[in-house]
Amino acid sequence: MIPKIPLADWVDTFVDFLTDKLEPFFDLISEGIGNFVDFLVFILTSIPPILLILIFAGIALWLTRWTNALFTGVGLWLIYNLDYWEATLDTLALVLTAVVISIIIGIPIGIWMSQSDRARNIILPVLDFMQTMPAFVYLIPAILFFGIGMVPGIIASVIFAMPPTIRLTNLGIRQVPEDLIEAANAFGSSTKQRLLKVQLPLATPTIMAGINQSVMLSLSMVVISSLVGAPGLGADVYRAVSQVKVGIGFEAGLAIVILAIVLDRLSQNIGKQKQN
Amino acid sequence: MSQAKIEVRNVTKVFGKSPQQGIKMLNEGLTKKQILEKSGMTVGVNKANFEIKAGEIFVIMGLSGSGKSTLVRMFNRLIDPTDGQVLIDGQDIVKMKPEQLREIRRTKLSMVFQRFALFPHRTVLSNTEYGLEIKGADKLERKQKAMEALELVGLKGYENSYPSELSGGMQQRVGLARALANNPDILLMDEAFSALDPLIRKDMQNELLELQEKMEKTIIFITHDLDEALRLGDRIALMKDGSIVQVGTPEEILTNPANDYVERFVEDVDLSKVLTASHVMKRPEKILLDRGPRVALQIMKDVGISSVYIVDKKQKLLGAVTAQDAADAVKNSKTLEEVMTHDVETIAPDTLIADMFERVANATLPLAVIDENHRLLGIIVRGAVLAALAGDEIQLNGNGVN
Repeated sequence: MIPKIPLADWVDTFVDFLTDKLEPFFDLISEGIGNFVDFLVFILTSIPPILLILIFAGIALWLTRWTNALFTGVGLWLIYNLDYWEATLDTLALVLTAVVISIIIGIPIGIWMSQSDRARNIILPVLDFMQTMPAFVYLIPAILFFGIGMVPGIIASVIFAMPPTIRLTNLGIRQVPEDLIEAANAFGSSTKQRLLKVQLPLATPTIMAGINQSVMLSLSMVVISSLVGAPGLGADVYRAVSQVKVGIGFEAGLAIVILAIVLDRLSQNIGKQKQN
Repeated sequence: MSQAKIEVRNVTKVFGKSPQQGIKMLNEGLTKKQILEKSGMTVGVNKANFEIKAGEIFVIMGLSGSGKSTLVRMFNRLIDPTDGQVLIDGQDIVKMKPEQLREIRRTKLSMVFQRFALFPHRTVLSNTEYGLEIKGADKLERKQKAMEALELVGLKGYENSYPSELSGGMQQRVGLARALANNPDILLMDEAFSALDPLIRKDMQNELLELQEKMEKTIIFITHDLDEALRLGDRIALMKDGSIVQVGTPEEILTNPANDYVERFVEDVDLSKVLTASHVMKRPEKILLDRGPRVALQIMKDVGISSVYIVDKKQKLLGAVTAQDAADAVKNSKTLEEVMTHDVETIAPDTLIADMFERVANATLPLAVIDENHRLLGIIVRGAVLAALAGDEIQLNGNGVN
């Protein structure tokens, strides 16, 4: 008989080691992300709610059809009316931060994958792992590294939400037709020129679809993030569940749905806007 | 047309796991098919050897899968040769480092693609500017040169359109303009007109020939269409299964096929688009103007024809006289000058048979073939035209179009 492999112990030891040795590093990240979120929340909350609702509706009108603008206006007003405005802004800040980090890290990795088959072969299984591992599990090391609050929630969201941005960046670049790549090469483009002038512009719609996916996935993480103390709509849902309050649960859940639809429509259409 | 612009020496491409092994097998004399069966590797191009002269249109022709596209991509190393050398102006590009290769691609070689390969996110102008942009030319120069190139291909006024807004023919003009804006010595055209419908295609071929007269680039043109090859090519290389089967002028290939394969390839060709007046013309019966009508009549009687051409001492064509008119002149004691007709249809020696059918059919006298100094070179009689089209080689004159 082979004895049970002490995998859990190994992971514990490894995480302890990281916590121990890399504490200053994690503190730095924690502080940076924390400041960024605080800054976002500060800006969002300092705008009068009605004005902010109008701004969102205006953006929707500019990017898409008037029906979406109407939905945005009415939906956000409903959230405001139900008194979930501040929680919504917290959630929005959390989602935006997670998405910004996903973009900053994800697009370069996606580009790297698209340029090297070896990189792709190594990264793809990692992405599969990141997406299939239950998101709750990320919370544990996140607490150890970053304490409780907004930051571990964001980190967990990033891990869960980043893969689509990476995947679709890679896919978008690889999907650029071979003859266009040949044309770019035939005129003597360097790798960088080819990337910036041909591959990335043509991959933009696909990359935007990936970012849209990341937005949606990070939004799906808000309830889970509330388990580690991230404020926002997720916390309201969590509270309603633990106290078995159906009405409040429905209200908070509805606010998440509205925010999801608004963000989905907006982020989808940023891509289309760019395409033209 | 003097020294070689491009020298292709022993250029070979083997696709597969161990291409060097493939080279070895080729050297042992195995065929493409045997190598595929033995090792699963594909011989793309097998020891191509030829030279391309500066300023000529060199057509590489073959059916699909014959390796012609692979071969042309080895000229700018979009595909790296497994073996052999490609010398451009004496420099072996196979040995070049990436930076040198980029430099050559930016300055000497431009390519036009079968499916146009225009950048859909860029306007026509910005597509045309691409090569210059890559070179780092400043904005003003870029725009100016791109506009010149667009004007050259007849697309002035479309510079702000997107490729998707243009027809296929216009898109390929953009492709051509993009290649020309760079002012390369060498144009690589990979089945450049194959995606266009036949009428547009013919227009583009004519325009390319016109452009070539002004530009005098070295053009390497890939096609699977024999008619196109014959129309465009100063010389043609015929490929089969990765090997060059024959290299020669269109005429050499038609009249002197190197083997059965070439012969079968060319047997369906429309000869009227290849053969010219100089191929089918006959020796004219002619007399000097100061000879009398009696001499003219005598010549016609001797040879058994009904008309004779009149030239001056420098062989310049003046007119013709029919037997009827000559007889009249004898009866009424007129001079040849009084009875001859000046109304003789003339054509240049390089006129294609296809372009003279109507005139041959309608002419009362055989057409006179004259050179640029108006000297009589020969005459076109209907029977000879028909015989030549029927593939009767005895009827063909050896002298070609130059």
